[in-house]
Amino acid sequence: MRIGLFVPCYVDAFEPEVGIATLELLERFGLDVDYPFDQTCCGQPMTNTGCHAEAAATEALFVKNFAPFDYVVAPSGSCVHQVREHLTAIPQTDEVKAVRAKTFELVEFLHDILKVEEFPWAEFPHRVGYHGNCNALRGIHHARPSELNAPFFSKPLDLLKKVKGIEIVAPARPDECCGFGGTFSVFEPAVSAKMGYDKVSDHAQAGAEYVVSADSSCMMHQKGCAERIGVPLKFIHIARILNGATA
Amino acid sequence: MSASDELRPQDEARRDGVIHPEVLAGNDESERGQDGRRLQHAEGASRPISAGALSPKAPREPQPRGAKIRGDRPIDQAEAAERFLAAPMHQKAHDARLWDLRTKRDTAAFGIPEWEELRELASQIKTHTLANLDRYLEEFEARAKANGVHVHWAADGAEHNRIVHGILKDHGAKSLIKSKSMLTEECGFRHYMAGTGIEVIETDLGERIQQLDNEEPSHVVVPAVHKTRFDVAEVFSRTMGTDPENDDAHYLAESQRMHTRPLILEADAGLTGCNFAIAETGTVVTCTNEGNADLSGNVPKLQIHSIGIEKLIPRIEHLGVFLRLLSRSALGSPITQYTSHFRAPRKGTEMHMVLVDNGRSERLGMEEFWTSLKCIRCGACMNTCPVYRRSGGLSYGATYSGPIGLIIDPTFNKRKYSTLPFSSTMNGSCTNVCPVKINIHEQIFAWRKVLAEEHQIPLLKQGMMKAAGQVLSRPATYRAAIGAADSALKVLPRFAVYNPLNTWGKGREMPEAPRQTFHAWYKQNRMAKAGGKKTEGIK
Repeated sequence: MRIGLFVPCYVDAFEPEVGIATLELLERFGLDVDYPFDQTCCGQPMTNTGCHAEAAATEALFVKNFAPFDYVVAPSGSCVHQVREHLTAIPQTDEVKAVRAKTFELVEFLHDILKVEEFPWAEFPHRVGYHGNCNALRGIHHARPSELNAPFFSKPLDLLKKVKGIEIVAPARPDECCGFGGTFSVFEPAVSAKMGYDKVSDHAQAGAEYVVSADSSCMMHQKGCAERIGVPLKFIHIARILNGATA
Repeated sequence: MSASDELRPQDEARRDGVIHPEVLAGNDESERGQDGRRLQHAEGASRPISAGALSPKAPREPQPRGAKIRGDRPIDQAEAAERFLAAPMHQKAHDARLWDLRTKRDTAAFGIPEWEELRELASQIKTHTLANLDRYLEEFEARAKANGVHVHWAADGAEHNRIVHGILKDHGAKSLIKSKSMLTEECGFRHYMAGTGIEVIETDLGERIQQLDNEEPSHVVVPAVHKTRFDVAEVFSRTMGTDPENDDAHYLAESQRMHTRPLILEADAGLTGCNFAIAETGTVVTCTNEGNADLSGNVPKLQIHSIGIEKLIPRIEHLGVFLRLLSRSALGSPITQYTSHFRAPRKGTEMHMVLVDNGRSERLGMEEFWTSLKCIRCGACMNTCPVYRRSGGLSYGATYSGPIGLIIDPTFNKRKYSTLPFSSTMNGSCTNVCPVKINIHEQIFAWRKVLAEEHQIPLLKQGMMKAAGQVLSRPATYRAAIGAADSALKVLPRFAVYNPLNTWGKGREMPEAPRQTFHAWYKQNRMAKAGGKKTEGIK
């Protein structure tokens, strides 16, 4: 099984350790993982802003980079949602459709494709609050959103519960958006920051020591908000915990 | 409902002798949902929400006002939202009040095992009705006429206003009482009537507050939810002469009632909106908690009902589906206090119905946006929207605010409301609470595309996206842009967040740049080594 690793641009630049953890974790399961060296971005900043024509060349590059693989895996629900649902600025050839269909977010890849039963190397003796990115939650169905009258499930919590020593605490508003929203964070900064302040305060009140998420983008925003208002929270990507990081 | 926002639970003394002991004891089976849990009736269960210091001497925070309207120029929702956030007492109370409604909605919805099936059924009934709207409208008209109702057709808001004004003039009416209607807001009816010499009196408490304060409703169900008790006390003291220092909700509500009730009893005509129009019977159904639509419809000898043509449902048997969804979605109560059916004029009175298009037919032809016509105006999308709760409804500068507003308003004026679809994180909670399953957040996404294609977004924004697209599609250029190896910080914070004005850093700390990018790490650790697949223990 050949896996193409997609490392989103902000992970590449700001949280390289998340890319490294994702690579190492996949390799722990004996997978053949490649990082196509010419990769850049999934095109989301442009399509999110309505500028589909401006995203076309970036989308074509993504498809060119990842067409050769059996699966594409990325440590970001938001980018995977873009690829799966919104990579439509270029003609939908069989190749494009195939890449879109075989692109998976790390948590769902571990949970649904590899069906991982245990992470014997993982131990995280801390109280954590989980933050579900909205695209991961409602776009690619990581978990049952709180609005729906349906049986509860959560793929990221299923995985985290296999980690030794971890304690999970729930904020009062479990799926309230943290206000990142891609370009929303810079075009509507006041509301975005206020949502972030409220989010990190909610996690702190629930007793969390760490906020854990499958998306670095939300956490980059929340970390900036927490530091600004002095909420002593730490942030860590789920890939690092599952790969055995202890702090 | 829709009153001053500081609803206090009735104190025990007031309850004694008024409420049946069995209800007080919580033994009334009708008070339980199908899952056996006790229902939280919205009003009675409302938590008191403090709007700040209780001391009367404490400085009062002035109410933040809405978006600045400058003709057709795009609304600056972000600017108005920032002013709302700068009034923390208001923002906090607003957020708490609406989140409380969302929580009650969840409890009420989860009390019904078939909730999701009901949503699907309602959505399908609306799909069917809208697909056959011409037929159902003709059926409705024929039935209404057979019931003795005068039926009028209005192509737009201006025609609606002229028709209603004409009816009032023909009867020599000098005053009109009306219940809350978003359609009449959409038509600018109150502003139009201001120039006619006929007095219009809103009978919904929240809407009356907004009328007296010369402000638009900020929410489709709770129009004055952005105001605190203090604000209402100020408005009432200014307009009705109440005690400006007394902000007790009961005092204020009672004062308003004493002031308005005589106007209601003496009014020459009444006007209501319409929640559902039933084709097979020609009936208009209104749902209120104050009974004010009943006053408007039943007290004067001349009654008028304004109906958006998308309000049609085929048969009376379909009504139950929507009634079960409406108030649960809106307020978390099983049903509104009053659900009234208006079918035929009472003896000696006259009844008119005005069917209004005002852009609906055009919207029905929009492939990506027609399902927004399914909306039953419950406000659930607003209550759950984290942006709306922190911005206030008036920040949208439009008749419809919040998520549903973002997708309806641009159909009225693409330039003026071109910014609104960007006032969203597209988190999707709105879509999940919508009782008729409108894919609201997907339509917000689709609107952004339409607006960009038609160059209705700022040149700066589009230019930034063009530049980003050019860099991100050329790996070598991209790598050069973010720095050769280890100096990502120099360019990336600006570049990665597309941030020429440093709006990121205004409310947040900047992320720290790491030692090296993943890309550089991979090159160093995996590509430099021959066949190197081994990782150098990185933490």
